[in-house]
Amino acid sequence: MNLRDIALLNLRRRKGKAAFVLAGLAIGVATMVALVGLAEALTQQINHKLEKYGANILITPRSDQLALTYEGLNLGGFVFESREIRQEDLKGIERIKNASNVAAVGPLVLGAVRVGQVAEQAQQALLAGVDLEASEVLKPWWKIEGQWPKPAQVMAGHEAARVLGLAPGQEVEINGKRLPVSGVLEATGSQDDGLLFMRLGDAQETLGKQGLVSMVEVAALCKDCPVDDMVSQISEILPGAKVMAIQSVVKGRLETVRHFRSFALGISALVALLGSLVVLVTMMGNIKERTGEIGVFRAIGFRRAHVMRVVLWEALLLSLAAGLAGYLAGMGAGQLSLPLFSEGHGASLGFHPWLAGGALVMALAVGLGSSLYPAWMAARLDPHQALRAL
Amino acid sequence: MSYLSAENLEKSYGQGQSLAQALGKVSFEVEKGEFVAVMGPSGSGKSTLLSLLGALNTPSSGRYVVDGLDIYALGQDQRADFRREYLGFVFQSFNLVPYLSLAENVMLPLATLRMGKAGKRALAAEALARVGLAGKEGRLPNQVSGGEQERTAVARALVNRPPILLADEPTGNLDQQNSREVMELLARLGGEGMTIVMVTHSRDCAGHASRLLSLRDGKLVGDGLPPLRVVEQPAAAQTAQAVCG
Repeated sequence: MNLRDIALLNLRRRKGKAAFVLAGLAIGVATMVALVGLAEALTQQINHKLEKYGANILITPRSDQLALTYEGLNLGGFVFESREIRQEDLKGIERIKNASNVAAVGPLVLGAVRVGQVAEQAQQALLAGVDLEASEVLKPWWKIEGQWPKPAQVMAGHEAARVLGLAPGQEVEINGKRLPVSGVLEATGSQDDGLLFMRLGDAQETLGKQGLVSMVEVAALCKDCPVDDMVSQISEILPGAKVMAIQSVVKGRLETVRHFRSFALGISALVALLGSLVVLVTMMGNIKERTGEIGVFRAIGFRRAHVMRVVLWEALLLSLAAGLAGYLAGMGAGQLSLPLFSEGHGASLGFHPWLAGGALVMALAVGLGSSLYPAWMAARLDPHQALRAL
Repeated sequence: MSYLSAENLEKSYGQGQSLAQALGKVSFEVEKGEFVAVMGPSGSGKSTLLSLLGALNTPSSGRYVVDGLDIYALGQDQRADFRREYLGFVFQSFNLVPYLSLAENVMLPLATLRMGKAGKRALAAEALARVGLAGKEGRLPNQVSGGEQERTAVARALVNRPPILLADEPTGNLDQQNSREVMELLARLGGEGMTIVMVTHSRDCAGHASRLLSLRDGKLVGDGLPPLRVVEQPAAAQTAQAVCG
């Protein structure tokens, strides 16, 4: 028999008190695990939703003029015409260090076109050529009456359709070429409402800009995205372009994540404090109850450190058990309550080694930390006085 | 030089007007292998003296030397080591740890030693057998009689083979039969060369000792042979043992 055995035997034969300390600790750990696990799951879900907000990096040609603009893109006539981005240069984005974070790259060609047959009635409009596949990622909020434009078809923004009197199934003449209208974009409240859309290749041909793009939208798919790093990396491969992070989206993501974590950690700290008080009070009561026993230990030759070790061994064993039980209970409670906090189905807490480790570390820190003072008190007991307590 | 020496041991509690002297400048020496009984009425300082001899208490003044070690010049940890290596304690109320079996209680003094579990178990079994409790190793204290608990306490005091045994009213809570067995056990240990200091109320039990120290109001008022042994008549001693037992 050694000091650890004494601690273990005491726990086994004083199950009621051990269970009380264990429950106090386990509830604290379970609360932490459930809250942090929920926060993590919800954060992932929110991140996933935020990704759907679309592009968060914008690549435009360098321009010094302020003129017709589209989300910061300078369409300043001569200068704009002379500074397009070569489409083939965009392949370099696939090779940047953070290429795995790139969810979609949406090249966009823009240019003014003449709409209408009769010269006096013709109107100027802005034509945008888009990569439809990328647009589904970059513009998930787009809803179309009709269909996406097929080759040699055109789609109209909501405002453009109203002004030009366009509807799905009609034909429209662009730069002297008659094209069917495949669909009309529902109102988005953005500048997209005033545009005409074609497939990228068709628009490049119509505008005479084969192999060129006017701007590129990039969706960076990641949590706490290193957007600034990605901006630098893209700038290196596109030296003639201006690469900008759309800070509001990124900052918004980070802020949301930060709020969730702060809430979870705050509540966890509060519960940990309560748990430590439960352990402290119970252990102090336990020591007081065992005064005579500690007197016997001291009388038969236990040093103060030996008495401390017996108490801390008990705390350690209880903390390990509470860490495990609290983690399992917290995961169960979190999984059961997840549907109450999240939208839709399929959200899961999942196994995070750092959360399991954190639960164990928290249990040990709270259990051992709260037992240090009772252990010290036990070790400081005067053996003569302790024996008189019997 | 004597094995155990108390020089002007004094213990007071409180201070100023509330100062109470529990033990006043007591001096005596004990040779190795002596069986000393300490007697006196309640409040005479017997238990205080035993706690000082057990290095459990700190004297207000005086010196206590065992085997050349000045005990109260030692630090707390060294005093604990002294208790573990030199002393075995037998308390009046047994003081067994309730959640440990008899064998585990006996093994307690070995818990801090670097020794294999099997070795500790063997020593505990041997000590329990010596006090007649072989086969009851796994029982809890509340599953055996008072006499068996006291004998377990004696086994615990013997398990690490200390040279000195300190006993505080070892038969105080026992009936005649169990008292007799415990006293015979202590007498046997004394006969084997163990130094024993036993506090007792009972003159009859003191008759088992080889020497009697008498205390009154914290002062040593007598140091000699136990009264019944002065007669040195076997029949009288047997009578005394019967009464104690």
